Parts: sequence; structure tokens; C-alpha cells
Amino acid sequence: MAFNNLDTLYRQVIMDHYKNPRNKGALDEGSLTINMNNPTCGDRIQLTLKVEDGNVSDAKFDGEGCSISMSSASMMTQAIKGKSLEEAIKLSSIFSDMMLGKEYDEDIDLGDIEALQGVAKFPARIKCATLAWKAMEKGIREDEQ
Amino acid sequence: MNVQDIREMFPILNQEVNGSPLVYLDSAATSQKPYQVIEVLDKYYREYNSNVHRGVHTLGTRATDGYEGAREKVRRFINAKSTEQVIFTRGTTTAINTVAHGYARPNLKEGDEIVISHMEHHSNIIPWQQAAKHTGATLKYLPLQEDGTISMEDARKTITANTKIVSIMQVSNVLGVVNPIKELAQLAHENGAIMVVDGAQSAPHMKIDVQDLDCDFFAFSGHKMCGPTGIGVLYGKKALLENMEPIEFGGEMIDFVDLYDSTWKELPWKFESGTPIIAGAIGLGAAIDFLEEIGLDNILAHEHKLAAYAFEKMSALDGMTIYGPKDPMKRTGLVTFNIDDVHPHDVATVLDAEGIAVRAGHHCAQVLMKWLKASSTARASFYLYNTEEDIDKLVEGLIKTKEYFSDGF
Repeated sequence: MAFNNLDTLYRQVIMDHYKNPRNKGALDEGSLTINMNNPTCGDRIQLTLKVEDGNVSDAKFDGEGCSISMSSASMMTQAIKGKSLEEAIKLSSIFSDMMLGKEYDEDIDLGDIEALQGVAKFPARIKCATLAWKAMEKGIREDEQ
Repeated sequence: MNVQDIREMFPILNQEVNGSPLVYLDSAATSQKPYQVIEVLDKYYREYNSNVHRGVHTLGTRATDGYEGAREKVRRFINAKSTEQVIFTRGTTTAINTVAHGYARPNLKEGDEIVISHMEHHSNIIPWQQAAKHTGATLKYLPLQEDGTISMEDARKTITANTKIVSIMQVSNVLGVVNPIKELAQLAHENGAIMVVDGAQSAPHMKIDVQDLDCDFFAFSGHKMCGPTGIGVLYGKKALLENMEPIEFGGEMIDFVDLYDSTWKELPWKFESGTPIIAGAIGLGAAIDFLEEIGLDNILAHEHKLAAYAFEKMSALDGMTIYGPKDPMKRTGLVTFNIDDVHPHDVATVLDAEGIAVRAGHHCAQVLMKWLKASSTARASFYLYNTEEDIDKLVEGLIKTKEYFSDGF
């Protein structure tokens, strides 16, 4: 594999989210807080969500990790803001299919998230990309209970 | 020692990864295997696979001879007094757990102390955390000097009359430092404690003499020293092993079995329940033969040379943090590092695209990562088959990594 193949992994939009993360920080106390880490590499994320009337009205993340995990967290918070809980979960399942290299509903506009498609070709890095999404799913499922 | 000749003995090294010749710099995680080891495994399964210590048939005798012959090779390798003191285990982790279960749990009580250090691998932390919880004993940490070494002055303050067990790694898998095991063992004994040594990162690289170290237990793994995975060794002083109960029960380890009670075999077999890793032990024996033919002193000298070379070349790069002592003679052949503003995972992915295998993560040493104030690091580790050219390629790869992450985005 030559270096330019790495560009499928590290696309410009990914590096932009890594260097200028959106929604970085934490929401007020009382928001839904989810901590998750990847024990094999030490990446960790804290996600805070505000859920109002069945919608994610706000989302922020904080944490430490590689370019893939942090850019994915940034994109995820951007994507779910304003979405219903159901839509957020659906997005997460589309993302999971994308990481597994499965076909997914291409009618849905994924925006920046599409840039992460290349991660599927790097099996060792899929867990980095899915960390924030797993945290989001966990939070929403706990909220539903 | 001719490294090119040695490289020829490792078939795995002769391949391309992602379009470039493989540069394997992850031997501290697991080493590669020479033909000599691969062939004895093959021969065992083709010619004399059979269970050991039972049956009277010819294959059974050959397998038993091979298995017990490997034990004698291990005895000689670490200079133990007798083969009774050499117990085959699944690896270092199982060996340390055997001591934590079999020795620590029955012998420790509230007020007693177990002393380990901040640089330990999880396999030399968690068994003691658990033993401390079960017995009410206290777990204490030896502090580290700024360069990651252990000072005997600190050790004298930490190890007290209440200390019952001191368990320290001989060589750090992250910092590469060699710890003063002999002095620590003496200090432990002066305080009435036993000395346990995690030798996973030392046995592959230097001569081990358990009698000279005067340690009470010594644990190591086969797969980091050119042997197969799934085989390791626990050495122990005879009196201690004799007084320890087995921690696993079943076939192989028994003498007489009655309806409600049983008796155990003698050492070392009372600690080897179930059908053992026969091929693994024979493979470890072959790995020992291989390392001894080359000479452990030659291997260590080669690694010192590589570490010094890597240290010099890598320190010259901007934005590079290298962990552990600056003096290459104080370390074995590994360099743990970080590049400013590039996560070690990203470093490892970019290097992999060039066929260079390094480790990225916390290296099973989260306690040490906290001490280093790093969430993770990258590590290049060297062994007898690595060359200065491998390090040149690593350095080129690191320069490209820095360029890749600073330009163009």
C-alpha cells in the first residue's frame, strides 16, 4: 500500500474535524452523561446529551484519542443534534453497516460522516470510529428505560 | 553474530506487507520464530504426538522424553538447582497468578504488605490487587525516578518489616529499563519478604541466573523468546513450592484418588494439571537451544547497539518525546515514544502502510501511562534479527508521518 492509499483513511474532512472538533466540551449537569473507553488502546470519550420531547436538542463530547475516534465523535454530535431518538439510533445502525462494509441506505444524507467510509478498509481502526456512536446508543437506550 | 544469517532463519521476515518489505519492530509483544522451532513443532505432531506421563507405548515415551527434556533445558537456561523447580505454565500471567493464589492468599493477612512498582505490566499488578483484596493485605507502589528507574533508596523506604512479597519486573516493556533485582531480592529477604520476578522481558534478552539473583519465584513466557505461544515457566524455591497447594486440580497432578480425598504428585507435576502444552514445551526447548547457540550476551550487545542507534536517530527528530532513561546502556532493545500532535494509533497506521510493525496503545501498563501522563504511546522493539537498516526505515517512516499530519490538511 502506498502512502496515497492512506488518504482514503485520512481524508481532509476527517482531519478538519480532528483539528477543529465541533461540539467539544460538556453540557450542564443534569444532562445525560455517558463515559466509554476503548480498553485496548486507551481512547476515551465522555458524551453529554440533552434529550427534550424525544429529540436530541444538544450534544457535546470530550475525550482523548486518535484522529479517527475524535473526528468521528465530532461528526456524530453534529449529525444527531436536532434528530429524534429514533433517527439517531437509525443513523448509528447505518454507520455500523458502513464500518462493516455492508450496503446501506444511500438516500440518507450522511454529510461529513461519509468521509469515514475509508475506515472500513482498516480493520484495526474500526473500533476507533465506532466508539462515540456506541456511547450515543448506550445513552439513548438507557434514557428509554 | 551475523544478523543477515540470523534473518534467513526466520521465514516470516521474508515477505512484503502493504507493498514494502516487512520491518518487524514489535518483538516485545511477541517475537518471531526460527525454522529450528517451527520444525520441532511440526516433527512432534507428525512423528510422536502422544500424551505424556501415562501409557507404556513408544510414542508416549518419546513425548514424555521430549517434554521432560525441555524442562531440563529450561533448568539449565535459568540455572535452577533442579527440574523440580521448573513448572510449565501457559505463560508469565499464569505463573504470577499461581504465586498470587498459591502463596499469597494462604500466607498473607491484614497489615501485611505487597510491594510492586509503577512500571509493572497488568499481569504483575492485578493478581496482587486481587490477593490484597482477599487477604486484607495492603498493596504498595515503589515510586520511580524521573527517568523511570527504581532507586534502592526509595526501595529501602517502601519495603518494610510488614512487607511479605516484593514483585517487580526485571525489564520494563515500556521504558526498557533493567531493574536491580539482585539488590531488591536481598532487601526483601532482610525484611522477611519473598522476591517474585516478572522475567517476561528479560529472559529473551539476557542471561538469567535465578540462584545468583536469589529470587524466590521467577516467571517468563516462551513466545517472547522465539518459542511458541501458550507456554511459560514458573521457577520457585523448592521449600516454597513444596508448601504451596496446587491451584488447579484434575488429571496429571494427582497421586492417589479416593472418593473424598486425593493426594498430589511430587514437584513439579502437582502444579501441572490436565494434558500439558507438550509441543509448546518442546518448542520452548528448541528456542532455548537456538538462543544459546547464538549466545545471550551477543544478543544483548546487539540490542544495546540498536537501542543506542535508534535513540540517537529518533532524538534528532523535532517534536519527539522518548520515554525512559537517556543512557542506552540502561535499557534493552526498545524505544517508546510519542510525536507531538499525532496520536500513536495514527503513527502506527501510517508506519503499517510502509510495512513497519510497531505497537501503539497502553502496552498493558495503564498505571505507568498515568505516571508518564500519556494516554498511550508508540513503541518500537528490537530483537536479534533487527538491523540498523530497520531503524533507518522507521525513522524515514516517522518523518513521513510528521509530514503527513502537518501538511496537506
